[in-house]
Amino acid sequence: MTRITLENLAHSYLPRPSHDDDWALKPMNLTWEDGGAYALLGASGCGKSTLLNIISGLLVPSSGRILFNDRDVTGLPTAERNIAQVFQFPVVYDTMSVRENLAFPLKNRGMPADQIAARVDEVARMIGMTAVLDHRARRLTADSKQKISLGRGMVRQDVNAILFDEPLTVIDPHMKWELRTQLKDLHRRFGHTMIYVTHDQTEALTFADQVVVMHDGRVVQSGTPQALFDAPEHTFVGYFIGSPGMNLLDAQIDGATAHIAGAQIGLAHGYAPLSGKVQLGIRPEFLRLGSGTEGLPFTIHRIEDVGHHRIIRGKVGDADMNVILPEAQEIPADASRIVPDPGRAHIYVDDWRVDPPARERAA
Amino acid sequence: MTLELRGVGKTVDGMEHIHPADLTLQPGSMNVLLGPTLAGKTTLMRLMAGLDRPSSGAIFWNGQDVTGQRVQDRKVAMVYQQFINYPSMSVYDNIASPLRLMKVAKSEIDRRVRETAGMMRLTPMLDRRPLELSGGQQQRCALARALVKGAGLVLLDEPLANLDYKLREELRAEIPRIFEESGAIFVYATTEPEEALLLGGNTATLWEGRVTQFGPTPRVYRAPQDAVTARVFSDPPMNFAPVRLESGQAFLGALAWSADLPDGAYQAGFRAAHLSLTETPDALPLRVVLESVEFTGAQTFMHFRHGQDQWVGLIEGVQRRELGQELTVWLKPSHIYLFTPEGRLARAAPYAAAA
Amino acid sequence: MDKPVNNRAWFLVLPVLLLVAFSAVLPLMTVVNYSVQDTFGGNQFFWAGLDWFEEVLESDRIRAALGRQILFSAIILAIEIPLGIFVALNMPKKGIWASFCLVLMALPLLIPWNVVGTIWQVFGRVDIGLLGHTLKQLGINYNYVNDAIDAWITVIVMDVWHWTSLVALLCYAGLQSIPDAYYQAARIDQASRWKVFRYIELPKMQGVLLIAVLLRFMDSFMIYTEPFVVTGGGPGNATTFLSIDLVKMAVGQFDLGPAAAFSLIYFLVILLISFVFYTVMTKEAK
Repeated sequence: MTRITLENLAHSYLPRPSHDDDWALKPMNLTWEDGGAYALLGASGCGKSTLLNIISGLLVPSSGRILFNDRDVTGLPTAERNIAQVFQFPVVYDTMSVRENLAFPLKNRGMPADQIAARVDEVARMIGMTAVLDHRARRLTADSKQKISLGRGMVRQDVNAILFDEPLTVIDPHMKWELRTQLKDLHRRFGHTMIYVTHDQTEALTFADQVVVMHDGRVVQSGTPQALFDAPEHTFVGYFIGSPGMNLLDAQIDGATAHIAGAQIGLAHGYAPLSGKVQLGIRPEFLRLGSGTEGLPFTIHRIEDVGHHRIIRGKVGDADMNVILPEAQEIPADASRIVPDPGRAHIYVDDWRVDPPARERAA
Repeated sequence: MTLELRGVGKTVDGMEHIHPADLTLQPGSMNVLLGPTLAGKTTLMRLMAGLDRPSSGAIFWNGQDVTGQRVQDRKVAMVYQQFINYPSMSVYDNIASPLRLMKVAKSEIDRRVRETAGMMRLTPMLDRRPLELSGGQQQRCALARALVKGAGLVLLDEPLANLDYKLREELRAEIPRIFEESGAIFVYATTEPEEALLLGGNTATLWEGRVTQFGPTPRVYRAPQDAVTARVFSDPPMNFAPVRLESGQAFLGALAWSADLPDGAYQAGFRAAHLSLTETPDALPLRVVLESVEFTGAQTFMHFRHGQDQWVGLIEGVQRRELGQELTVWLKPSHIYLFTPEGRLARAAPYAAAA
Repeated sequence: MDKPVNNRAWFLVLPVLLLVAFSAVLPLMTVVNYSVQDTFGGNQFFWAGLDWFEEVLESDRIRAALGRQILFSAIILAIEIPLGIFVALNMPKKGIWASFCLVLMALPLLIPWNVVGTIWQVFGRVDIGLLGHTLKQLGINYNYVNDAIDAWITVIVMDVWHWTSLVALLCYAGLQSIPDAYYQAARIDQASRWKVFRYIELPKMQGVLLIAVLLRFMDSFMIYTEPFVVTGGGPGNATTFLSIDLVKMAVGQFDLGPAAAFSLIYFLVILLISFVFYTVMTKEAK
C-alpha cells in the first residue's frame, strides 16, 4: 500500500529538448493517496501512457522524481517497484494453463505451493474462471484472455499499486459492465492503489474516485468525476467529458449579463471586465428549449434518438450547439430559442475557467 | 438499388455460422448490424459483399441474382476496423486509386477526389501520407476511398472501434450526414447499442449467427420481439425479474399491475433508465439493496440486488447513497416488457406502443 | 471458405504444371524406369523387378553411409538450432547495430557451396591453411586428410559456419514479432531470463523453428558439395555421406539400376523424416 508522489516530473523523448513541444510530459506535481482509485484520462498522444510507463519503471523521466511513500524510486527497475500492470491487449503465457498463468507471479517470488493454490482459487473465483482453470490459455477468447491478465494483476496481495493501461479495449460492451464492476469490487475489498489509463470517459468516471485529465502533456484538471462534470476548469475538460461535450459560445460579459449572438442572458454571478478570448460554456444537459424572445436564438439541424434521451443538434449564430432532452419530454414545434440554466453556465477566458467570487473579491 | 437476401445461410464444417436469414435493404438506407463479437456480423457482411458464397439461399441486387458473382464484379466498397490505406501514397492518390483502377478520365478523377475529400473534411491533408495523419483522419481517408467509387453498397465493419472515445463520437455524428450525401446503401456493423441508435435507419440485431429482428432502429429498440433482442439492444443490460400472471394481474412479488395475458409464469424486462429514485404516480415501489454506484457525468449507474436478480439503474444527477443499504426504486408498469419463459415477447411495454 | 467459383483461374496454373512436369516428373520417371530394369548399354533393357531395391537395402556400404548421414544430420541439428536461437536472442533488437548484425549474419549465406568447401579446404590445410597451420604450431595433431575424426570435425564446423546464420535469422524474425507488452509483463511478474525464454520467446518462435528444423534437416541430409570438395568422402569412407555414395555408384561405377533404386529410397527417407518432424512439431503447437 503506497502513496505515489510525482515531483516536478517531466519527460522528453529527445536528448536535448529546447522547445515546449519537445516535452511529452510537461513538469507536473501530483500526489496519489494510498488506496485510491485514480484514472488518467486523455486522447491518444496526450502523454498518459508516458506517465504510466514512468510510474511502472519502464521509462526513466528526464527530470523530477517519483516517490513511493517517502522512497525515491525514480531510478529503480520495474521488478523492484513491486507493482502489477494490466495491458491494453491480453498478455497471457500461451503454453501454460489458466491456473499456471495466475500462479506465475507468485511462483516467481517463491511463495509456498499451498498458499499459491489458495490464492489462485480465490482470484479465479473473482474473475469467474474457476471452471476453465486447467484449460490451455491459448485457445480462449480475447475476453477470457484479458480476464486472465486482470487476474494476474490482482493475484499478488502485497503490490504497491496496480496499473491498468486501457484494459477494456478488446472487451464487448456487455462484458465491460461486468469487468468494470468486478474491478471496483476488488478495489473496495483489497484497497490497492489503482491507476487506470483510458481515453474513454465512461470508464474513467465510473472507475475512479479521482480523475486526472491530461491534454498535450499537461494535467489540465484533477478532481472527482462530479467536479469534472459540474465545473470543468479548462474548455478541454468540458469538451472531453460529457457526451456530447460542453457547448462553447463566444460571449461578451458585462457584469452579470452575457451578450451572445445578438441576444442577452443573465448569469448567476457578476464578473469584472475580462480580456482575451471570452466564452460561455454550458453543458447540453443544462439547456431548455423555448420560444419567443427568451434565452438565445437556436436553429435545429438534427434530432438523434439515443433511447433514454435525445440529442438535438443545432446552431446558435455560427456556433454548434447540442441540447439533451430526456426520453419522455416533447420537443415543442415552435422551439426557436434555448435557455441555459444560469447556475450551470461557466465563463472561460483563454480556455481557463474564471472563478467569479475570486474575481469579485479582486475587483 | 435494393439488396435482398433470401434465406441466406452459412455453414462451415457442420457449424452454423449464419442461420438462414431474409433481409431486404432498401435503396439509400442505413442498416446497422448490431450484436456482440462473434455474433456473425462480419460473416454476414462478407456474404453481402460476395467475398464468401452462402451455403444456402440467394442474394439479389436490384432483383438480379448475384449469388455467384465475384466481389470485383459487384459494386461494393468495404471499410474495416483497421485503418487500411496505402502507406506510400498521398491521401490524394489513396482516394484516387479505385478510380484509376476503373480507368476513369483524369479530370473526372480530380473532380471526384476533391469532392469526396471535401465531404470527409480531408481537403487540407490531400498531400500528406496516411501515417502522418491522426487515427480519425486515417479512417476518414479509408472511408473516402470506399465512397469515391460511387459503390451502391458500402459495408462498414466496426469502422470506429479503433478510435478514441471522443473521435468516435465526432465521426459517429458525421456518418449519417456522409451517408445522406452519398445515396448508397450503407451496412454498418457495431457492438454498441448507442451507436446503432445514433446512426438511426434500420437495425438488424444478431445473436449467435441469427438475425433476431430487423426494422427501423427506434422501433427495434422500443419493441423488441424477444428477450434476446432486448438484451442485445440494451446498454446498460436490460433488467429481468420473474413475474406470474393471475386473472389479468401481473405479480412481481406482492406488487401487482394489470396485464391482459393468459395466466402463467413470465419474465419482466425493463431498461436501466426507467428505474427512478423519486416516486411518480402509479409507479411500483421495489425494495432493493444497493450494491455499487458509478458516476458518469450527468447520470449515476446504481447496481441493485432484488432477490436473485441483479439490476442496473441509470439515474439522473449525482446520487450518493450508502452501499449495502436497502432502498426503494420506482418503476412504471408502462415501462415493463413481458416475455414468455421461452423468451418470446408476450406484451410490449405500453409506453413504446404509444411512441 | 468457398468463394464464388471461377474456373478460368486454372488456366493460369497450366504453365507451371507443364514446367514441373518437364523439370521434375519426367526425370523422376526416368529414375523409376532405371530402378526396375537392367541395362548393358546400347539401349537394351531387361526387366529387373525389385532386385535393385533388395540389393541396395541389403548393401552394407549403403547402410554405413545411411548411418553416417543420420549421425551427421543429428549433430548438425543439435548444434545449429540451439546455437541459432542463442545468437538470435543476443542480437540487438533495433538501431544501427541491428542492421549491421543482419548483414554480417547474411554473409555466409551468400557464398556458393563449392566456394565454402574450397575456403575450408584451404583454411584447414596443415601446410598453408591458417587454421591447420596454427593448430599444428600449437602442438595439436590435426589433419583432416588422414584422420577420420578431424575430417568430421572439419565438415561439421564448416556446415555450422555456413548455415547457423539461417537459423539465427529465422529466429530473429520470430522474436521481432513479440510485442513489448509481453516483456514488460514478464518483468512485472518477476520472471527469470530462462522463464522469459521458455514461456514467451520459445512459444512465439515455434513456427519459425519448424521451418528452420525442416530446412536444416533436408539440406544437411542431402549434403554433397562441401564434403566432396574438402575431403572427397575420405579418409577411407569416413565422410562418404549418402549423396556422395550415390554419385560414386552412378557416375563412378555406372551402376545405373542400383543407383536409381538408391535415389528413390533416399527420396522417400527424406520425405518420411520431414513428415515426422512436421507432425510432431505442429502437434506440440496445438
